[in-house]
Amino acid sequence: MSILVNKDTRLLVQGFTGSQGTLHSEQSIEYGTNIVGGVTPGKGGQIHLNKPVFDSVQDAVKQLEPNASIIFVPAKFCKDSILESAEAGIKLIICITEGVPTLDMLHVKKRVDALGVRLIGPNCPGVITPGEAKLGIMPGNIHKPGSIGIISRSGTLTYEAVKQTTDLGFGQSSCVGIGGDPIPGSSFIDILKLFENDDQTEAIVMVGEIGGNAEESAAEYIQNNISKPVISYIAGQTAPAGKRMGHAGAIIAGGKGTAKEKIKKLRECGVHIADNLVSIGSKVSEVLNS
Amino acid sequence: MNLHEYQGKLLFAQYNLPVSKGKVIFDASDAEDACNEIGGSKWVVKAQVHAGGRGKSGGVELIDSVKSATRFAERWLGKRLVTYQTDKKGQLVNSILIEECTSISKELYLSAVVDRDSQKIVFIGSSEGGVNIEDVAKNSPEKIIYQGIDIENSNAKEEALSISRVLGLNDIQTKQFIPMIENLLRLFIEKDLSLLEINPLVINDNGDLHCLDAKINIDSNALFRQPELQEMYDETQEDPQEAEAAKSDLSYVSLDGNIGCMVNGAGLAMGTMDTIKFFGGNPANFLDVGGTATQQRVAKAFKIILKDKEVKVVLVNIFGGIVRCDLIAEGVVAAMKEVNINIPVVVRLEGNNADLGAQILSEANIAIHSINNLSDAANKAVELAK
Repeated sequence: MSILVNKDTRLLVQGFTGSQGTLHSEQSIEYGTNIVGGVTPGKGGQIHLNKPVFDSVQDAVKQLEPNASIIFVPAKFCKDSILESAEAGIKLIICITEGVPTLDMLHVKKRVDALGVRLIGPNCPGVITPGEAKLGIMPGNIHKPGSIGIISRSGTLTYEAVKQTTDLGFGQSSCVGIGGDPIPGSSFIDILKLFENDDQTEAIVMVGEIGGNAEESAAEYIQNNISKPVISYIAGQTAPAGKRMGHAGAIIAGGKGTAKEKIKKLRECGVHIADNLVSIGSKVSEVLNS
Repeated sequence: MNLHEYQGKLLFAQYNLPVSKGKVIFDASDAEDACNEIGGSKWVVKAQVHAGGRGKSGGVELIDSVKSATRFAERWLGKRLVTYQTDKKGQLVNSILIEECTSISKELYLSAVVDRDSQKIVFIGSSEGGVNIEDVAKNSPEKIIYQGIDIENSNAKEEALSISRVLGLNDIQTKQFIPMIENLLRLFIEKDLSLLEINPLVINDNGDLHCLDAKINIDSNALFRQPELQEMYDETQEDPQEAEAAKSDLSYVSLDGNIGCMVNGAGLAMGTMDTIKFFGGNPANFLDVGGTATQQRVAKAFKIILKDKEVKVVLVNIFGGIVRCDLIAEGVVAAMKEVNINIPVVVRLEGNNADLGAQILSEANIAIHSINNLSDAANKAVELAK
């Protein structure tokens, strides 16, 4: 088993014919992902990467029956693209684009929740189930089918966690980048729930960073609801207060959201802490072999 | 993106919020005319910088002659104001806001932010204003209210009433306060704000509510649809290297250490800084060079990092995902030749074709320490920085 995506996923690509959409669709197809087609307004009727292109998600849904969509459109169009997909009945939407206005996400989040749609991102690397399907921009070759579920607010840090767990032979059940924005479509808790119920997942790696208190909320949830071991790494221990560290959501505001507070809370709730980026894999080893 | 107080108050005025009659000047010779135009015999002069704590640092004064206004402007324009919120260099004063004097009978606090937990716009109100709100939160939390308002809610009367009670407003003030909250909410949404703070919101001698200060931060991701706010950007208030980096679409934050960092991805960039610290070194900066890490971007990043004269070594940490490491290595080598770097550079490449990348770096005949393992690379950088 796995979570969210597998070899039966029928993927629709929004922003299919653009440079990012094209590059990552090619890589996903090569990985074995079943991309059924794409959407680019004004290009309906064309064939791109041997797949049909539609003007709207609604048209594509009628013809192709996709059950997931991935979004590569520019940030200013993301709100409309996500809502279009959600209204057309797609239940899993992954938004890769960085830079979506926060207030757009307040509207989007309300609507997707009301429609029962699972949104991943924006500003994220996507979701992969190694050996089955890659819905995102992550390098496929560092992954390996296995037992570790990975959740992260950061793209390249996810790759570090993946590489280390692959090198040590564990591999991954699925990896989910929830994104670095203040209002993400899915939270750590949403994904923790899925991994808890997934038989293939034996341990969960949760990669967090400064800003907000998603890690603290997750810590409490883990203590009360997660039976599997959780290993966590928190980035930004040396980040200064009041400065945005790249990600829109990575900022220590009013003394809140520090790595120190997060690590303290996670430890209190029984989460295993990798105190350094390079020791995520070895911490997983230590926990699973103890 | 932050606004100056006078810019914030222009927005407030557009949204029918009560602000003092005032005028901004950029030249001391305009001070006298500004005072006369405002009228009265007492004024408040306020140095405009993107930082709080101006009053305690001499950046705000109450004056009773137009000559004093000119003297204040001459003293501050072109100088740097240091407050507890700035670094030790302070912030450049380009403009002075001159306002009519407001009598104050009580100071309150009001702000609004996007709350991540409730996914609402949350108004924060306190009966104690004019002081640091974090101190109030710590010492007398009962004096603060956090009131969420749904973004699709245009009628916020109930919410305004809850805040009004905590602020201790009387009936007349509450009647002023309800439209005030609704206008602030409209301003927040229409202008894509991420923070709005009025500290203090005052009750004047007539018993009316009045916005004495205005602090506004705009969601940078939404600036594409806020052209008039884009015009308000004041580059002089930013760290020069950070502003330079932002122009090239690079995310850079300067820090106090001496190990320059160039990393792809924000999370990994923070992780790299932490790793340097873990091994006993001190990072000089945060820098996310982005997913593509082309020669052009790497060269630009080197230039920005090297403007910091404290930097003794640069650690480049790239996880080559979609972009192959051999291409990144070629970009790094070309960029180093282009920029003419004379301090040691440690490069760690991981991901697709990492071996090939390392080979290109070692054959490049320039001073690169190519180390594939991040711990070893960080250790090497720390050692070279000593």
